[in-house]
Amino acid sequence: MTLWWIGDIVLLLVILPVVVYLLRGVLEAARSIVPSVRAISTVAAAGSKDLDAAALLLTTRDQVEQTVSGVANYGGSLDVIVDDAEGQS
Amino acid sequence: MPAAGVVMIIAVLGIVLALVYYLVSTIVALRQIADGLDEAIAGVGEIVEKSAPVNEVVTAINEQLDAGVDLLEGLLVKKAGLSDAMGLIDSVYPGAAAAGLRNFPESTSVDAPRIGEVYTRGTLTLARLGREAPIAAASPADQVLRNVEGGSLAARLLYPNVRQTSPENLPNSPVIGTDAPVQYEQRDDIGAPRSRLPVRRT
Repeated sequence: MTLWWIGDIVLLLVILPVVVYLLRGVLEAARSIVPSVRAISTVAAAGSKDLDAAALLLTTRDQVEQTVSGVANYGGSLDVIVDDAEGQS
Repeated sequence: MPAAGVVMIIAVLGIVLALVYYLVSTIVALRQIADGLDEAIAGVGEIVEKSAPVNEVVTAINEQLDAGVDLLEGLLVKKAGLSDAMGLIDSVYPGAAAAGLRNFPESTSVDAPRIGEVYTRGTLTLARLGREAPIAAASPADQVLRNVEGGSLAARLLYPNVRQTSPENLPNSPVIGTDAPVQYEQRDDIGAPRSRLPVRRT
Protein backbone atom coordinates (compact mmCIF):
# COMPACT_ATOMS: atom_id res chain seq x y z
CA MET A 1 0.00 0.00 0.00
CA THR A 2 2.85 2.33 0.79
CA LEU A 3 4.39 1.75 -2.61
CA TRP A 4 1.03 2.49 -4.17
CA TRP A 5 0.90 5.84 -2.44
CA ILE A 6 4.45 6.59 -3.47
CA GLY A 7 3.47 5.77 -7.05
CA ASP A 8 0.52 8.15 -6.83
CA ILE A 9 2.71 10.95 -5.50
CA VAL A 10 5.28 10.41 -8.25
CA LEU A 11 2.54 10.35 -10.83
CA LEU A 12 0.97 13.57 -9.63
CA LEU A 13 4.05 15.55 -8.70
CA VAL A 14 6.57 14.41 -11.31
CA ILE A 15 5.10 12.71 -14.36
CA LEU A 16 2.07 14.95 -14.83
CA PRO A 17 4.05 18.25 -14.60
CA VAL A 18 6.72 16.92 -16.93
CA VAL A 19 4.11 15.82 -19.47
CA VAL A 20 2.34 19.17 -19.27
CA TYR A 21 5.61 21.08 -19.58
CA LEU A 22 6.74 19.15 -22.65
CA LEU A 23 3.38 19.35 -24.38
CA ARG A 24 3.08 23.06 -23.70
CA GLY A 25 6.51 23.59 -25.23
CA VAL A 26 5.49 21.74 -28.38
CA LEU A 27 2.25 23.73 -28.60
CA GLU A 28 3.95 27.10 -28.17
CA ALA A 29 6.55 26.21 -30.79
CA ALA A 30 3.84 25.22 -33.24
CA ARG A 31 1.84 28.37 -32.57
CA SER A 32 4.92 30.56 -33.01
CA ILE A 33 5.37 29.22 -36.52
CA VAL A 34 1.86 30.22 -37.67
CA PRO A 35 2.48 34.02 -37.93
CA SER A 36 5.75 33.45 -39.77
CA VAL A 37 4.09 31.17 -42.28
CA ARG A 38 1.29 33.68 -42.82
CA ALA A 39 3.85 36.45 -43.36
CA ILE A 40 5.68 34.28 -45.89
CA SER A 41 2.41 33.61 -47.67
CA THR A 42 1.59 37.33 -47.82
CA VAL A 43 5.06 38.19 -49.13
CA ALA A 44 4.89 35.47 -51.75
CA ALA A 45 1.51 36.76 -52.95
CA ALA A 46 2.83 40.33 -53.07
CA GLY A 47 5.93 39.20 -54.94
CA SER A 48 3.81 37.37 -57.45
CA LYS A 49 1.68 40.48 -57.93
CA ASP A 50 4.77 42.63 -58.42
CA LEU A 51 5.84 40.36 -61.25
CA ASP A 52 2.63 41.00 -63.17
CA ALA A 53 4.52 43.71 -65.07
CA ALA A 54 7.12 41.18 -66.20
CA ALA A 55 4.88 40.35 -69.14
CA LEU A 56 5.39 43.91 -70.39
CA LEU A 57 9.02 43.00 -71.04
CA LEU A 58 7.79 41.29 -74.20
CA THR A 59 6.39 44.63 -75.37
CA THR A 60 9.64 46.32 -74.37
CA ARG A 61 11.61 43.78 -76.36
CA ASP A 62 9.46 44.35 -79.44
CA GLN A 63 9.75 48.12 -79.12
CA VAL A 64 13.50 47.90 -78.67
CA GLU A 65 13.73 45.76 -81.79
CA GLN A 66 11.67 48.29 -83.75
CA THR A 67 13.70 51.20 -82.39
CA VAL A 68 17.04 49.58 -83.20
CA SER A 69 15.70 48.67 -86.62
CA GLY A 70 14.73 52.30 -87.20
CA VAL A 71 18.12 53.48 -85.98
CA ALA A 72 19.79 51.00 -88.31
CA ASN A 73 17.78 52.27 -91.26
CA TYR A 74 18.55 55.86 -90.30
CA GLY A 75 22.23 55.05 -89.89
CA GLY A 76 22.28 53.28 -93.21
CA SER A 77 20.81 56.34 -94.87
CA LEU A 78 23.35 58.60 -93.17
CA ASP A 79 26.10 56.24 -94.27
CA VAL A 80 24.98 56.79 -97.84
CA ILE A 81 24.47 60.54 -97.84
CA VAL A 82 27.31 61.63 -95.54
CA ASP A 83 30.88 61.31 -96.63
CA ASP A 84 33.27 59.27 -94.56
CA ALA A 85 35.96 60.97 -92.57
CA GLU A 86 39.37 61.25 -94.09
CA GLY A 87 41.22 57.98 -93.93
CA GLN A 88 38.07 56.01 -93.11
CA SER A 89 37.08 55.01 -96.67
CA MET B 1 -11.27 0.10 -3.98
CA PRO B 2 -8.58 1.58 -1.79
CA ALA B 3 -8.05 5.31 -1.75
CA ALA B 4 -4.62 4.97 -3.36
CA GLY B 5 -6.24 3.33 -6.39
CA VAL B 6 -8.74 6.15 -6.74
CA VAL B 7 -5.96 8.73 -6.60
CA MET B 8 -4.00 6.85 -9.27
CA ILE B 9 -7.04 6.71 -11.56
CA ILE B 10 -7.54 10.45 -11.11
CA ALA B 11 -3.86 11.09 -11.86
CA VAL B 12 -3.97 8.95 -14.99
CA LEU B 13 -7.14 10.72 -16.13
CA GLY B 14 -5.42 14.07 -15.61
CA ILE B 15 -2.46 13.01 -17.69
CA VAL B 16 -4.76 11.77 -20.45
CA LEU B 17 -6.75 15.01 -20.42
CA ALA B 18 -3.57 17.06 -20.61
CA LEU B 19 -2.37 14.92 -23.52
CA VAL B 20 -5.68 15.38 -25.34
CA TYR B 21 -5.79 19.14 -24.84
CA TYR B 22 -2.23 19.88 -25.86
CA LEU B 23 -2.11 17.41 -28.73
CA VAL B 24 -5.38 18.68 -30.20
CA SER B 25 -4.14 22.25 -29.90
CA THR B 26 -0.90 21.26 -31.59
CA ILE B 27 -2.81 19.57 -34.39
CA VAL B 28 -4.84 22.74 -34.97
CA ALA B 29 -1.66 24.83 -35.09
CA LEU B 30 -0.03 22.40 -37.51
CA ARG B 31 -3.08 22.56 -39.76
CA GLN B 32 -2.80 26.35 -39.84
CA ILE B 33 0.86 26.00 -40.71
CA ALA B 34 0.02 23.59 -43.51
CA ASP B 35 -2.61 25.96 -44.94
CA GLY B 36 -0.18 28.88 -44.81
CA LEU B 37 2.52 26.84 -46.51
CA ASP B 38 0.08 25.88 -49.24
CA GLU B 39 -0.61 29.56 -49.94
CA ALA B 40 3.09 30.37 -49.83
CA ILE B 41 3.89 27.55 -52.23
CA ALA B 42 1.20 28.81 -54.60
CA GLY B 43 2.68 32.33 -54.49
CA VAL B 44 6.21 31.05 -55.03
CA GLY B 45 4.97 28.96 -57.93
CA GLU B 46 3.47 32.05 -59.54
CA ILE B 47 6.75 33.91 -59.02
CA VAL B 48 8.70 31.13 -60.68
CA GLU B 49 6.22 30.97 -63.54
CA LYS B 50 6.16 34.72 -64.15
CA SER B 51 9.91 35.20 -63.87
CA ALA B 52 10.79 32.25 -66.10
CA PRO B 53 10.95 34.21 -69.41
CA VAL B 54 12.56 37.31 -67.89
CA ASN B 55 16.12 36.10 -68.43
CA GLU B 56 15.53 35.31 -72.08
CA VAL B 57 13.71 38.59 -72.77
CA VAL B 58 16.28 40.75 -70.99
CA THR B 59 19.06 38.97 -72.85
CA ALA B 60 17.32 39.69 -76.14
CA ILE B 61 16.85 43.35 -75.19
CA ASN B 62 20.52 43.66 -74.25
CA GLU B 63 21.56 42.09 -77.53
CA GLN B 64 19.43 44.56 -79.45
CA LEU B 65 20.78 47.50 -77.49
CA ASP B 66 24.34 46.25 -77.95
CA ALA B 67 23.75 46.12 -81.68
CA GLY B 68 22.38 49.66 -81.60
CA VAL B 69 25.39 50.94 -79.65
CA ASP B 70 27.78 49.18 -82.02
CA LEU B 71 25.97 50.68 -84.99
CA LEU B 72 25.92 54.24 -83.67
CA GLU B 73 29.50 54.19 -82.43
CA GLY B 74 30.74 52.69 -85.68
CA LEU B 75 28.78 55.18 -87.77
CA LEU B 76 30.00 58.15 -85.74
CA VAL B 77 33.63 57.09 -85.93
CA LYS B 78 33.32 56.26 -89.61
CA LYS B 79 31.83 59.62 -90.52
CA ALA B 80 33.64 61.94 -88.14
CA GLY B 81 36.81 60.05 -87.39
CA LEU B 82 37.76 58.93 -83.92
CA SER B 83 39.29 62.22 -82.80
CA ASP B 84 36.43 64.43 -84.02
CA ALA B 85 33.88 61.92 -82.77
CA MET B 86 35.23 62.24 -79.26
CA GLY B 87 35.24 66.01 -79.62
CA LEU B 88 31.61 65.99 -80.72
CA ILE B 89 30.61 63.72 -77.84
CA ASP B 90 32.44 65.89 -75.34
CA SER B 91 30.78 69.00 -76.75
CA VAL B 92 27.26 67.61 -76.53
CA TYR B 93 27.82 65.82 -73.21
CA PRO B 94 30.73 67.53 -71.42
CA GLY B 95 33.00 64.98 -69.79
CA ALA B 96 31.53 62.02 -71.65
CA ALA B 97 34.60 61.65 -73.82
CA ALA B 98 36.60 60.49 -70.83
CA ALA B 99 34.57 57.28 -70.70
CA GLY B 100 35.42 56.56 -74.33
CA LEU B 101 33.61 54.38 -76.81
CA ARG B 102 32.92 50.77 -75.97
CA ASN B 103 34.13 49.33 -79.26
CA PHE B 104 37.09 51.68 -79.55
CA PRO B 105 39.31 51.27 -76.48
CA GLU B 106 41.83 53.71 -77.91
CA SER B 107 39.19 56.45 -77.74
CA THR B 108 40.01 57.12 -74.10
CA SER B 109 43.51 58.26 -75.03
CA VAL B 110 42.41 60.53 -77.88
CA ASP B 111 43.02 64.25 -77.44
CA ALA B 112 39.50 65.45 -78.24
CA PRO B 113 39.46 68.77 -80.13
CA ARG B 114 37.18 71.67 -79.27
CA ILE B 115 34.24 71.11 -81.52
CA GLY B 116 33.74 74.81 -82.22
CA GLU B 117 37.13 74.88 -83.89
CA VAL B 118 36.45 71.86 -86.07
CA TYR B 119 32.92 72.20 -87.35
CA THR B 120 31.38 75.02 -89.30
CA ARG B 121 29.11 77.59 -87.71
CA GLY B 122 26.06 76.07 -89.41
CA THR B 123 26.72 72.66 -87.92
CA LEU B 124 27.23 74.18 -84.52
CA THR B 125 24.00 76.18 -84.84
CA LEU B 126 22.00 73.09 -85.72
CA ALA B 127 23.50 71.21 -82.81
CA ARG B 128 22.62 74.05 -80.44
CA LEU B 129 19.07 74.29 -81.66
CA GLY B 130 18.52 70.58 -81.28
CA ARG B 131 20.08 70.16 -77.89
CA GLU B 132 18.89 73.16 -75.90
CA ALA B 133 22.29 74.69 -76.43
CA PRO B 134 24.53 72.47 -74.31
CA ILE B 135 27.33 73.16 -76.75
CA ALA B 136 27.10 76.81 -75.87
CA ALA B 137 27.90 75.86 -72.30
CA ALA B 138 30.90 73.93 -73.55
CA SER B 139 31.91 76.81 -75.82
CA PRO B 140 31.94 79.91 -73.62
CA ALA B 141 33.69 81.93 -76.27
CA ASP B 142 30.50 82.25 -78.30
CA GLN B 143 27.06 83.48 -77.31
CA VAL B 144 24.06 81.23 -76.95
CA LEU B 145 22.14 81.26 -80.19
CA ARG B 146 18.89 80.07 -78.69
CA ASN B 147 17.85 81.89 -75.55
CA VAL B 148 15.17 79.70 -74.03
CA GLU B 149 14.03 82.21 -71.41
CA GLY B 150 14.02 85.24 -73.71
CA GLY B 151 13.04 83.43 -76.86
CA SER B 152 9.49 84.80 -76.88
CA LEU B 153 10.61 88.45 -76.56
CA ALA B 154 13.19 87.98 -79.27
CA ALA B 155 10.50 86.70 -81.60
CA ARG B 156 8.16 89.62 -80.79
CA LEU B 157 10.84 92.18 -81.57
CA LEU B 158 10.66 91.06 -85.18
CA TYR B 159 7.17 92.65 -85.58
CA PRO B 160 6.35 96.42 -85.67
CA ASN B 161 4.20 96.69 -82.56
CA VAL B 162 4.30 99.53 -80.02
CA ARG B 163 3.28 97.24 -77.18
CA GLN B 164 6.66 95.54 -77.16
CA THR B 165 8.24 98.89 -76.20
CA SER B 166 6.07 99.01 -73.02
CA PRO B 167 4.83 102.66 -73.44
CA GLU B 168 3.16 104.44 -70.52
CA ASN B 169 -0.04 105.20 -72.48
CA LEU B 170 -1.51 103.41 -75.40
CA PRO B 171 -4.07 105.01 -77.81
CA ASN B 172 -7.65 104.67 -76.60
CA SER B 173 -10.00 102.32 -78.30
CA PRO B 174 -12.41 104.06 -80.80
CA VAL B 175 -15.84 105.08 -79.42
CA ILE B 176 -18.87 103.92 -81.38
CA GLY B 177 -22.60 104.73 -81.15
CA THR B 178 -24.77 107.86 -81.29
CA ASP B 179 -22.68 109.59 -78.62
CA ALA B 180 -19.44 108.91 -80.41
CA PRO B 181 -17.28 112.02 -81.01
CA VAL B 182 -16.82 110.97 -84.61
CA GLN B 183 -20.03 110.29 -86.54
CA TYR B 184 -19.94 108.58 -89.86
CA GLU B 185 -22.54 109.41 -92.51
CA GLN B 186 -24.88 106.67 -93.65
CA ARG B 187 -24.23 105.33 -97.10
CA ASP B 188 -26.75 106.49 -99.69
CA ASP B 189 -26.73 103.31 -101.71
CA ILE B 190 -28.08 101.12 -98.92
CA GLY B 191 -31.62 100.04 -99.89
CA ALA B 192 -31.32 101.51 -103.39
CA PRO B 193 -31.55 99.37 -106.56
CA ARG B 194 -28.36 97.70 -107.58
CA SER B 195 -26.30 99.69 -109.97
CA ARG B 196 -24.69 96.53 -111.25
CA LEU B 197 -26.61 93.29 -111.59
CA PRO B 198 -24.86 89.98 -110.90
CA VAL B 199 -23.81 87.94 -113.89
CA ARG B 200 -26.15 85.06 -114.73
CA ARG B 201 -24.89 81.74 -115.90
CA THR B 202 -26.27 80.47 -119.15
